[in-house]
Amino acid sequence: MTTTSSIRRGVRDAGPSGWLAVPALVFFLVFAVVPLLGVVFLSFTSWDGLREIKLSGLSSWTTVLTDPVTGNALLVTAKIMFFSFMVQAPISLLLGVFTAGGQKYRAALAVLYFLPLLLSSAAVAIAFKALLDPNFGLGAGLNLPILAQDWLGNSDLVLFVVVFVIAWQFVPFHTLIYQGGVRQIPTSLYEAAEIDGAGRFRQFLNITLPQLKYTIITSSTLMVVGSLAYFDLIFVLTAGGPGYSTRLLPLHMYLTGFKANDMGAASALGVILIVIGLALALLLQRLGGKNRNASQLEGA
Amino acid sequence: MATTQLPVPPSAPARAEAAPRPSIKGPGRKRPNVLGGLGGWLWLAIIIVPIYYVVITSLKNQAGFFTSNPMAPPTEPTLANFQLVLENEFARYFANSLIVTVGTVLPALFVSFMAAYAIVRGRGRFLNWTNNLFLLGLAIPLHATIIPIYWMITRAHLYDTLLALILPSIAFAIPVSVLILSNFMRDVPNELFESMRLDGCSDWAMLWRLALPMTKPAVITVGIYNALHVWNGFLFPLILTQSPDTRVLPLSLWTFQGEFSVNIPAVLASVVLATLPLLVIYVVARRQLLSGLTAGFSK
Repeated sequence: MTTTSSIRRGVRDAGPSGWLAVPALVFFLVFAVVPLLGVVFLSFTSWDGLREIKLSGLSSWTTVLTDPVTGNALLVTAKIMFFSFMVQAPISLLLGVFTAGGQKYRAALAVLYFLPLLLSSAAVAIAFKALLDPNFGLGAGLNLPILAQDWLGNSDLVLFVVVFVIAWQFVPFHTLIYQGGVRQIPTSLYEAAEIDGAGRFRQFLNITLPQLKYTIITSSTLMVVGSLAYFDLIFVLTAGGPGYSTRLLPLHMYLTGFKANDMGAASALGVILIVIGLALALLLQRLGGKNRNASQLEGA
Repeated sequence: MATTQLPVPPSAPARAEAAPRPSIKGPGRKRPNVLGGLGGWLWLAIIIVPIYYVVITSLKNQAGFFTSNPMAPPTEPTLANFQLVLENEFARYFANSLIVTVGTVLPALFVSFMAAYAIVRGRGRFLNWTNNLFLLGLAIPLHATIIPIYWMITRAHLYDTLLALILPSIAFAIPVSVLILSNFMRDVPNELFESMRLDGCSDWAMLWRLALPMTKPAVITVGIYNALHVWNGFLFPLILTQSPDTRVLPLSLWTFQGEFSVNIPAVLASVVLATLPLLVIYVVARRQLLSGLTAGFSK
């Protein structure tokens, strides 16, 4: 893909420029790559977080893999990932298309849509805990018994509450991504469709959606991999409860390591998290076929 | 059961109906887009109601909170809750958050900017490999590494210091920063670099005198994006600090909630106070931030 002359020029450029990447690389190696290898190593040890680390072979893995809570955590993670994707992706896509429109009031709405991104997950969780209180929250305020449920105490409902709060917090970000994607679609495509007599619906299906392919892949990847990092929100909102009903994998890892003091088992859970994240990211890139991100991932 | 799950399903179908409607700037604008507009306002309501509730409740006194309608504005607004929060070491937590945020964002920007320049301008196996490593960092849930990070920080005797929060935060900010910065750096015309090189400029000079001015909007966007993340970060403070001396704002919200669990108005006042600085920045820099983020992630 590079011509001979650019390769020659590249060789000349590579010398001085290469060093400029070293500081970032060193930081990343020490505080991300070493821990990444460390978590694999620690999964073969037993450690309580204080005393000496002892090699213990596969015992942490046996603990983790035979513990029914692990399977439950995987299931909860999969459910939250699936539902929050199904809720967030269409809403973000439509809001992105909507806010990319030219009208003034849409731009004003876009400014307000961003507000949840300013709140920390802890703040969002605390706000919703109060808002969802059956006696002093939204349901009591609007006098609608249907909204005055014990949202966070009912193990049948709590998962959907969590999905809703996640959407509330993260849809704004994905709306921005889609808004940017829509703005890059050439107007001429729509003009041509207009001449052919295509209505809004046809234009959306035949121009907007296909043109947003890469945006959809980027946003979906961030959404799916991101859902493996929903920790703080759920930690403050439900602490994994009631029972184990919202104890998803990252939370299970934290509680195993820092509350039950079994760092070995927690590391094994960390490895599982990493493997799942990597597999999902690669799968989504493959689904999208050859694109800019995929070729970047492959270094082409 | 199904009817009680109101919050989630209605928003989805409502938006789905609006699907065909939202029109793009340009030709499709002739007919007013009723469904799209409805959906847009509905989402606004979903966004605003919780924020409204937090703000009005933070202005109520405790008796008012228990007796008045939860969604009605306070009859006698009071700032006593804010005073209570401010008296509980809020200033210290604020300062800690500020130190950690600035201490993370500036170095992260500095090293990421240099790396992005090298990756875009340079060639060779080393830079390719570095770039791929950073891209891999985007695909991995890095928080899965908290246990070795905890081990490293305790080993380095940094546990319960602000530096313990700063160091891993810098590393975690690098992949996305390099990605966005290099996307923007690719748009700088090659000829400009070539002509500076012919003038005998070093890489270092080109970096600061050409690349930086040309990508300033991107640098600011990445800076604000990282600042948002670090300012609101919860996991590192939770596992790497312990004492009130090193407590940052998000963690203080959580501990405050534990201490004052019966005083909901005060807890929500702390939420308002912790968010206020970001709101000010957003009001000042929103144009820059919104346009930068839309462009940054969809390039």
